[in-house]
Amino acid sequence: MLNFFLLIVIYTGIYALMAIGQNVITGYAGMLSLCQAGFFAIGSYATAILSTTYGWSFWATLPVAALLSALFGVLIGLPTLRLKGDYLAIATLGFAEIVRNVLNNWDSLTRGPMGIQKIPMPSIFGFVINPYKKTGFLVMTIIFVLIAYFLFQRLARSRMGRALEAIREDEIAAESMGINTTKYKVWAFAIGASVAGVAGSLQAVFSLSVTPGTYTFMVSIMVLCMVVLGGMGNFKAVILGAFIIQLISYFPQLVGLSSMIPPQFKQILFGLILVVMMIWRPQGLLGREVRDYSRLTGEKGSVFRKKAKQAVSSTQGGER
Amino acid sequence: MKELLTIDDISVSYGNIQALKHVSMHVNEGDIVCLIGANGAGKSTLLKAIVGQEPLVSGTITYDGELICHAKHLDPTAGGKRRKSHSPTFTTDLIARKGIALVPEGRRVFADMTVEENLDMGAFMVRDDALIAKKKEEMYDFFPILGARRRQKTRSLSGGEQQMMAIARALMSSPKLLLLDEPGLGLAPLVIQDIFQKIAIINQEDKVTVFLVEQNARMALKASNEGYVMENGRIVLADSSAALLDNEQVRAAYLGE
Repeated sequence: MLNFFLLIVIYTGIYALMAIGQNVITGYAGMLSLCQAGFFAIGSYATAILSTTYGWSFWATLPVAALLSALFGVLIGLPTLRLKGDYLAIATLGFAEIVRNVLNNWDSLTRGPMGIQKIPMPSIFGFVINPYKKTGFLVMTIIFVLIAYFLFQRLARSRMGRALEAIREDEIAAESMGINTTKYKVWAFAIGASVAGVAGSLQAVFSLSVTPGTYTFMVSIMVLCMVVLGGMGNFKAVILGAFIIQLISYFPQLVGLSSMIPPQFKQILFGLILVVMMIWRPQGLLGREVRDYSRLTGEKGSVFRKKAKQAVSSTQGGER
Repeated sequence: MKELLTIDDISVSYGNIQALKHVSMHVNEGDIVCLIGANGAGKSTLLKAIVGQEPLVSGTITYDGELICHAKHLDPTAGGKRRKSHSPTFTTDLIARKGIALVPEGRRVFADMTVEENLDMGAFMVRDDALIAKKKEEMYDFFPILGARRRQKTRSLSGGEQQMMAIARALMSSPKLLLLDEPGLGLAPLVIQDIFQKIAIINQEDKVTVFLVEQNARMALKASNEGYVMENGRIVLADSSAALLDNEQVRAAYLGE
């Protein structure tokens, strides 16, 4: 039971990385992309092929997986720049399917539907991180998520984060403000893809085998669900979303009812969650992160702020 | 007087429809220039062309002695036919960096951000935090209502307040040329008057050259030095604003006299 719970937490970690990437693309830049599964697959196969055929260590394959995914992020980002909303969703979905089909058919490199087995376990300072024992792997996953969380939190507060928010709110206005929308949108894709590639690497050394069947459309949908459920534009929230979605998808096994509840049940639940969320809480469980501006403006504005507060409270009864 | 913006013989097409037909005009440094015309005359298209959002079929746009937009050259493979493609020499963001700030039609404020966040966005190009803070205080002094509402979501502001915020946001980058696309759109006459007064002060005290496009001909002509009248994608009249206010044709067509 505990073992099973650990498994859920590990998958939460792996999916949380993807959800963090999706949050940059969808939550910040406002682009509805459905191809995290594609980047996830690219990362997995990069690690699998490099560590089996070429004998690289897991740690050496990680940057390759991240960079390769980022490169494909740029490749999908550039031609789809002018697409918006559902059109972008369809184009990116197509990309993810292309990746999966290539992996399925490029026998000489990926061994096709058989996939790649016997991926060596990662080790650090002579300590082998055995996925069957879970705890070691769990710690590694959590460290990865924490690093990604802090890096992306910084990113969100940087110029780039602001630029992406402006693009999401109004692209034409953002351009008139001197924001290079092309550059930032492609960057968002590259960064969102790279972290999904890292998640793919982790997935490869967790299951120790990769097959094209793992990287289906459902993965992209689950990741999107995590972002929507947790709250777009909030990295803490998407990690929470990842945990809840994983908990739901393993719920039948967790309560020991897997013989009674068919596996398709989780898809019904996902759909239901999305519908309920859209109606009652479209901003997600935690909602968008509100930045604290008082730190940025410092002491200077304090008198003004008091005045502003009075004015606001007198007119509106204090909105915030 | 120096020409800050020179538009020379530009044409813009939307498919088969020619929105601008060989338009030439100029804006002198320090002036307030207005362009008036009816709905669909091509006024907004002209502004979009200046900031590089619409490709030119012919002509050039020069700003401060530098070519910022020009038409793509003839395509020999298409039998000398003009090829329609995205042709601005600079993209919108680069043009903005040269000191041209556009207050777009319909204001296009960042509705879910606070007034303060909007102004911060306006200063995206400015790297100096102290300067941004100073600019913001200036804006709050100049538009006191924005100071009072700085922490409020822009969505909750009235139309006139949003228009002022859009202007303040554009001024955050200390532009040399301010382009205003229908600042009076959908606002009460008293509010429009207030906004035009502010524009005059910006022009006189901050030495910002202003080019404004407006349907409200009387207000626009009163607030400006030079005026152009556009009809069906062509400039049909160009004169000082005072002269245009007295012009028989203008009085009949735009001032309802």
